[in-house]
Amino acid sequence: MERIPILRMGPFLLITIQVDMHDKLAMQLQDDVAQRISDWGSAGVLIDISSLEIVDSFIGRMLANIAAMSRVLGADTVVVGMQPAVAITLVELGMSLPGVRTALNVESGMELLYGTLGTSLGAAHDRSEV
Amino acid sequence: MSKLGEIISRNEDHIRADWMKHMASSLQRADLMSKLELEEQSKALLTSIVRGVSSGETDDPSGAAWSSARELLQDISASRARQGFTPSETASFVLSLKQPLFAVIRRELSGSQDELFDALWKCTLLLDKLSLITIETYMATREELISRQQQELLELSTPVVKLWDGILALPIIGTLDSSRTQVVMEELLQTVVATNSKFAIIDITGVPTVDTLVAQHLLKTITAARLMGAECIISGVRPQIAQTIVHLGINLEDVITKAKLADAFALALQKSGRTVVRASAAANGSAPVSPAIQKEG
Amino acid sequence: MTVVKSEQLPLQSSSDVVSARQRVRQFAIELRFSLVDQTKLVTAASELARNALDHGRGGQMSIEVINGAARTGLKLVFEDNGPGIPDIEAALKDGFTTGAGMGLGLGGSKRLVNEFAIESEVGKGTKVTVVRWK
Repeated sequence: MERIPILRMGPFLLITIQVDMHDKLAMQLQDDVAQRISDWGSAGVLIDISSLEIVDSFIGRMLANIAAMSRVLGADTVVVGMQPAVAITLVELGMSLPGVRTALNVESGMELLYGTLGTSLGAAHDRSEV
Repeated sequence: MSKLGEIISRNEDHIRADWMKHMASSLQRADLMSKLELEEQSKALLTSIVRGVSSGETDDPSGAAWSSARELLQDISASRARQGFTPSETASFVLSLKQPLFAVIRRELSGSQDELFDALWKCTLLLDKLSLITIETYMATREELISRQQQELLELSTPVVKLWDGILALPIIGTLDSSRTQVVMEELLQTVVATNSKFAIIDITGVPTVDTLVAQHLLKTITAARLMGAECIISGVRPQIAQTIVHLGINLEDVITKAKLADAFALALQKSGRTVVRASAAANGSAPVSPAIQKEG
Repeated sequence: MTVVKSEQLPLQSSSDVVSARQRVRQFAIELRFSLVDQTKLVTAASELARNALDHGRGGQMSIEVINGAARTGLKLVFEDNGPGIPDIEAALKDGFTTGAGMGLGLGGSKRLVNEFAIESEVGKGTKVTVVRWK
């Protein structure tokens, strides 16, 4: 079955969503992210949705879930590149994704993650030693 | 009542010539429509009326046989509305068909008074209904035109200004209703992406009142920007507005607000890691020059 | 109101939901809807299609291009023969729910379209009709 690829970039995970996801694919991504954070002791997750032309409540919840779950596993999540039309629609839909940090693009998203790296890197190290 | 249909279709050319001849020059509006165009419209309309009448459903032009007539009338009315014809002119265009039709009917049915009356009555009812269609379409078209113009006006009246690298300002003048909010949001967010700006200052000095609805619109804009990774600061909050906001219990907890645009700008600069340094101090080399703002403006 | 063009799509699997919203997108592009209006309609379609699938246990969607007095629009109808919705008013209220709830789907979709109508009978099924004008 196809999966959204998860790339490892040093202490972070980079996920670029470029396909119109059906629900199962989204659920699979959630599982895979949790697994990878655990496998690699990642300190941050960057999700690039600049190619997504639709984010409905299901995908919105997926993003919120990934952020919440990563936090529990000790990693920060930043969602980057939301398109204006998508943002406007999400707000109208009633979703504001409160627990999800956002940035304009991958570059600023990385800056954000590196910024908080100091605090979480210690925790990641402890985990990998266990 | 296919007799009526027969009569009309048999005399179609004559009716049309008569119609054109007697169409008052005021109805022709030569300034808006060429004679050729008018003739074409008349011909097409008459043909579609013949089709409808021949089907036998002369009483009710909302049936299927009349669909081409209805569509034609809607097209004619809409295009005339756009060209600047008055609704009366367009309706009269249809109603003026009565005279040539009645003339033909009278000539053909002069032998029987009852049949004559019947045909005239059906005819007048029909044309009245058809002219009403033109009026309704006219109104709908004008409304669409007006709202589109309002839209364009809206777009012109909320420019998004780039204050500095990565810092935008959006001075809003006038009331903020839901359609304006849409336009404002779209423009702001598109500019955010195009200029890669992390900060957007929404200045509401020029907004006369802020009620719950306006606040909702502002919050929608701010939330949408946030989802994209940009932060909004609201500036230009007048004392009365501040009071109204508290009074109404509007929750602006997650929003940074400043009384003056200048303060908002200073905050945005600070948050993006910049400081403003006096030129003389910089020249002395006694303070860090970069990333100070210099005169490049 | 005249129907100019129409199409029917099944909603029996999650990939059907994706196909459905892609088809709506294509129609909207053909009719030259603005990008934001396209996005709103397609998102509403996604929500309602998913509802028909998850809550209604499968159904179908029809897309119709309609002509009003002086405007063109897209009409979408979502039908299923599922359990139906006992309390429509409650379902229309926003509320994030986990599990089998509809969360923001129904109420949110209503805000994304110009016209919204819903009929539902417990044990019979649900029918949601939405229209977005250009």
